[in-house]
Amino acid sequence: MKILVLLKQTFDTEEQIELFDGEVNENGVKYIINPYDEYALEEAVAVKEKYGGEVTAVTVGPDRAESALRHALAVGVDRAIIVNDESLFGDEYTISKVLAAVAKQDSYDLIFCGHMAVDDGAAQVGPRLAEELGIPHITTITNFEIEDGKVKVEKDVEGDVEVIEADMPVLVTAQQGLNEPRYPSLPGIMKAKKKTIERLEAEDLDIDIEEIAPKTEIVGQYLPERKKAGKVLKGDIGEQVFELVELLRNEAKVII
Amino acid sequence: MGVALTDLHQDIREGVREICSRFDQDYWRKSHEEHRYPTEFVKAMSDAGWLGALIPEEYGGSGLGFLEGAIILEEINRSGGNANQVHAQLYTMGALLRHGSEELKRRYLPQIASGELRLQTFAVTEPDAGTDTTKIKTRAVKKGDKYIINGQKIFISRFNNTDLLLLLARTTPLDQVQKKTHGISLFLVDKREVPEGQIEATPIDTMLGGDTNQLFFNDLEVPAENLIGEEGRGLYCVMDGMVAERILVSGSALGNGKYFIDQAVNYGNQRIVFDRPITQNQGIQFPIAKAYMELRAAEALLYEAARKFDEKDPTAGADANMAKYLCSEAAYNAAEACMQTFGGYAAANEYHINRKWMQTRMMKIAPISSNLILSYVGQHVLKMPRSF
Ligand SMILES: Cc1cc2nc3c(=O)[nH]c(=O)nc-3n(C[C@H](O)[C@H](O)[C@H](O)COP(=O)(O)OP(=O)(O)OC[C@H]3O[C@@H](n4cnc5c(N)ncnc54)[C@H](O)[C@@H]3O)c2cc1C
Repeated sequence: MKILVLLKQTFDTEEQIELFDGEVNENGVKYIINPYDEYALEEAVAVKEKYGGEVTAVTVGPDRAESALRHALAVGVDRAIIVNDESLFGDEYTISKVLAAVAKQDSYDLIFCGHMAVDDGAAQVGPRLAEELGIPHITTITNFEIEDGKVKVEKDVEGDVEVIEADMPVLVTAQQGLNEPRYPSLPGIMKAKKKTIERLEAEDLDIDIEEIAPKTEIVGQYLPERKKAGKVLKGDIGEQVFELVELLRNEAKVII
Repeated sequence: MGVALTDLHQDIREGVREICSRFDQDYWRKSHEEHRYPTEFVKAMSDAGWLGALIPEEYGGSGLGFLEGAIILEEINRSGGNANQVHAQLYTMGALLRHGSEELKRRYLPQIASGELRLQTFAVTEPDAGTDTTKIKTRAVKKGDKYIINGQKIFISRFNNTDLLLLLARTTPLDQVQKKTHGISLFLVDKREVPEGQIEATPIDTMLGGDTNQLFFNDLEVPAENLIGEEGRGLYCVMDGMVAERILVSGSALGNGKYFIDQAVNYGNQRIVFDRPITQNQGIQFPIAKAYMELRAAEALLYEAARKFDEKDPTAGADANMAKYLCSEAAYNAAEACMQTFGGYAAANEYHINRKWMQTRMMKIAPISSNLILSYVGQHVLKMPRSF
């Protein structure tokens, strides 16, 4: 069984985001593997351990993203690929085209990814990639099994659970609760250091850069306004209701 | 220091932090208050290979150096954990590795590396032989293919949480040796093979809450092949690991210091008294800044000592001793600054500061006291008269 897992490096969720000239300041920022991708990675490695196979991890991103791949190698991934060609960076449309080109270099039975990246929160890359490859996809899964050659997953639907069966190849996106990601062992880290990470560029992937140019453009970025302190109404219920209606009418202007 | 090396250091830090992050400060508080050995944490560290880090690859470990070991311990303490509970498994095997017979090494090291066997007790100190180790009275007498050992030890850590222990005993009494450092031998005792009654342990309650014991040996039988190194040369088998040990202990102390700086800054910035964060007062801010600088300076000497040690520079020993002194003093100063910053809350167990403070204070005494390092530097580095 051949398994592909998609990884994205994102801001550490504990980092303070700062804007500098309208751009997010990346200086001295700590990067982590997108937390949902961690679940995908864990599941990919666990599936390999249980059913056998080979896991490849791929990331599209700058050189710093290599550390995400090293981590993946340290926890049991067999092969790692980085597409660090800047001309291939872009929006979800572009990235899924690039990932499709990578996926087509081999034939994968299973593709795991996080259900969204915590930085842009688009949740598009997984489904888009599946469409590019012409394979089914199931999003936000919370359990994964293989039975009689079929994939059987539980999917989180706004608090309810759907049980879905699918043939392989299939792409699934991981939701929180799917598993508890393992941490790398020291021997794992040492072994990962000795493995090479494959680097791919537009040429290797036979990609026409014009054709996959992003469909979206960032026109501006700003931080959300700081929440102002709330107002606590005083008095008995009658007075409070009266004041609330006054405020809704005159200050918030939502009642006319 | 090469880029590759610092890269490795970063990986080590992150790897250890990942494990530590799953054991919060309340876990450590419970372990301390209930006198419970942190078995789950030690197992997690062992399973992930961290405690076999210093054992060479051919014996199943990862073959890392001592600075890397120091970083592992530093990260445990920095997270609010207690590195003392695991440091022994990391390095007690050193004497076995350097001086043990090939057979002993093959028999034990791979299992120590995997964590299946715990070697985390080293019995040296006796009631009448503390700092002056040559005065130990525990006696080992060879009878056929065995040594018969009698005597007592005090302050022996983790005896109830180990499978193996190293033991120093006199094979020739002090009054019959040419040099007082002669006539002491080092034994590897496999507790699993010791019949009931040959070692008696009485727990000693300490402020540190750990597993500390007084041990009595009653005709303890140890197979002759469990002698490490030559008979009578045991002290040397231990002493040549001293520099490495100082490097490791420095890392431990450093981690405590960094923990206190983190805590003091976070708490102090949030605690509002007289309508402003208390860290806005120079009386609170400056001691924290000062302790931080002392830690950074001590850390720099530690890295210098480690580099020299790797390059087999003979002055590494002096530097490692000084680094141990400076790291533990700086860590204690950080503990003091932090305690003052927390005010009354420092006394409340749930704030964790008092517990870490006690651990940090102890590092100025054990495994080597600051006084002894001062006398070493005075005599051996600065060539002043021996002070005792
Ligand atoms: C929690 C804990 C765990 C321990 N674990 C172990 C263990 O696992 N195995 C083990 O073998 N031991 C262990 N010890 C013992 C520890 O190593 C000794 O306490 C230490 O070596 C000091 O010995 P002592 O307590 O007898 O002090 P003493 O030798 O009585 O010294 C008392 C003080 O006098 C100072 N002093 C002595 N001589 C001089 C001098 N010439 N110049 C200047 N100052 C001097 C010392 O530095 C010290 O501050 C542990 C101790 C503690 C508290």
